[in-house]
Amino acid sequence: MENLTAKSFELRKEVLDMIYRGKCGHIGGDFSVIDILVTLYYKQMNISPKLVNDPDRDRFILSKGHSVEALYAVLADRGFFPKEDLLTYSKYQSKYIGHPNNKVNGIEMNTGSLGHGLSVAVGMALAGKMDKASYRVYAVMGDGELAEGSVWEGVMAGGHYRLDHLCAVVDRNRLQISGSTQEVMSQDSLDERWASFGWNVLHAAGNDIESLDMAFDRAKTVKGKPTVIIADTIKGCGVSFMENSVSWHHKVLSEEEYQKAAVELKERRRASYE
Amino acid sequence: MNKIPNRQVICDVLLEKAKEDKDIVVLCSDSRGSASMAGFAFAYPDQFVEVGIAEQNLVSISAGLARCGKKAFAASPACFLSTRSMEQVKVDVAYSGTNVKLIGISGGVSYGALGMTHHSAQDIATMASIPGMRVYIPSDRHQTKYLTEALLDDNKPAYLRVGRNPVEDVYEEGGNNFVMDRAAEVKSGNDIAIIACGEMVKPAADAAEILKKDGIYARVLDMYCVKPIDTDAVIKAAKETKGVITVEEHTFIGGLGAMVSQIIARECPKKVINMSLPDAPVVTGSSKEIFDHYGLNAGNIAKTAAELIKNVG
Repeated sequence: MENLTAKSFELRKEVLDMIYRGKCGHIGGDFSVIDILVTLYYKQMNISPKLVNDPDRDRFILSKGHSVEALYAVLADRGFFPKEDLLTYSKYQSKYIGHPNNKVNGIEMNTGSLGHGLSVAVGMALAGKMDKASYRVYAVMGDGELAEGSVWEGVMAGGHYRLDHLCAVVDRNRLQISGSTQEVMSQDSLDERWASFGWNVLHAAGNDIESLDMAFDRAKTVKGKPTVIIADTIKGCGVSFMENSVSWHHKVLSEEEYQKAAVELKERRRASYE
Repeated sequence: MNKIPNRQVICDVLLEKAKEDKDIVVLCSDSRGSASMAGFAFAYPDQFVEVGIAEQNLVSISAGLARCGKKAFAASPACFLSTRSMEQVKVDVAYSGTNVKLIGISGGVSYGALGMTHHSAQDIATMASIPGMRVYIPSDRHQTKYLTEALLDDNKPAYLRVGRNPVEDVYEEGGNNFVMDRAAEVKSGNDIAIIACGEMVKPAADAAEILKKDGIYARVLDMYCVKPIDTDAVIKAAKETKGVITVEEHTFIGGLGAMVSQIIARECPKKVINMSLPDAPVVTGSSKEIFDHYGLNAGNIAKTAAELIKNVG
């Protein structure tokens, strides 16, 4: 089987290049969320370039839209569009902008303003239920995003309608632009918050493909309620000087930092084969 | 006097079409009664979604349904739909290009004495300012019916505002002069033009009758399609008459009057008077009392028109 851990480090390098070239991007969150995206797109979801208009395809929404560079890297590698397209990322007149938009093949919904994706996913899941379709719906959110009140309207509706084919993932990297989530707006008892709205709550090591894969498998077996996977991640995962550092939320790399990061990612990739 | 409110007409059209079309989905935010959608919820429970008092969720869920092929009709008081969920309309509906029809009920000052929280005198401004959103404000039950049918036939986002109470007919039963996105000429004349939308079309038409007695022939245009506005009809009206009056149940900021004025200033400068609600919380009262207070009635429209003609010579 393909070494997906190696794949995630290979794609981190694509993200690094994109952001270094484009001189903008949210690298910290890209590196925390990328293993979640790799697990979904390479192992879990029924989606491929051939299925983009298939009514039975699984639906995916990146509610934390600022991590779009990670999604671009995954979609390009899966063949939704040519990798060369990403050379235009953030450039004049490019459709590859800093948040997801559905002019890009493989992207279902435009996101970027936080707190929308889960509710849209609820709508998609309700449509699936009405049509007695078999697809699942996934929404990946940030932990800072959970301060948006609209998130909890979506959580409420997902629980109320017992949407067991809906799966939310919280990229729990514990940092946001102004500091730690604990300092900015605490989210103690996160499990209980979701559970009290009727959700099944699972945990996964969010930068471990195997752990994530098991959690997604388990979520599929739960009936009568939606599942949230709290994925404990490391912001900036893969590059030592970015890890758990608030300053790398959307910092642009110097040439020296770029070279150093590239070397580290190569080493991590190599190590994943050992 | 007609007893059927426009909101009921929308429900009736959807009930009729849902017999054949299983993709029609109606969503309400604890608003099925006020939206006259209880009948739909009862007849088609599997095509009805209740979201509770959560207008942001209402719009986002509608967008998700639409992205999966549903024809989503989200019905909620215009005051909440057009402001509280404005960002969901911008991102999930307009920007994402989902087939969601937003039905703003009890629009304008329909809720009369309930006060500014329940008035939507800014909904044209908020909704029309969003790229990709269309804004429709039909004048009577017949036009509401044709408009709803037309909206069912397209797959683009739109906002439709209707009032709470039944309004007098502007058009005759079956007298179909409805053309999508074209202003309807309610009265013909070349002395002055009165351009109105929604509940202001009837008093505008009545004003034309008053003016006729003084030998003044007013052209009355029903601009139910506030966006995309019928630019050609506006230019023609300005060119062929001595001046233009706009009348709307909305403030003068970013509404019908503002749009008409921009077109006329650009294409064929002429005197324009915007009759509207003020940029302030309105006085307490019923819709009619509020309209009368701000001169939004046939008598004052006629008086304003006669003065305009006198002033321009």
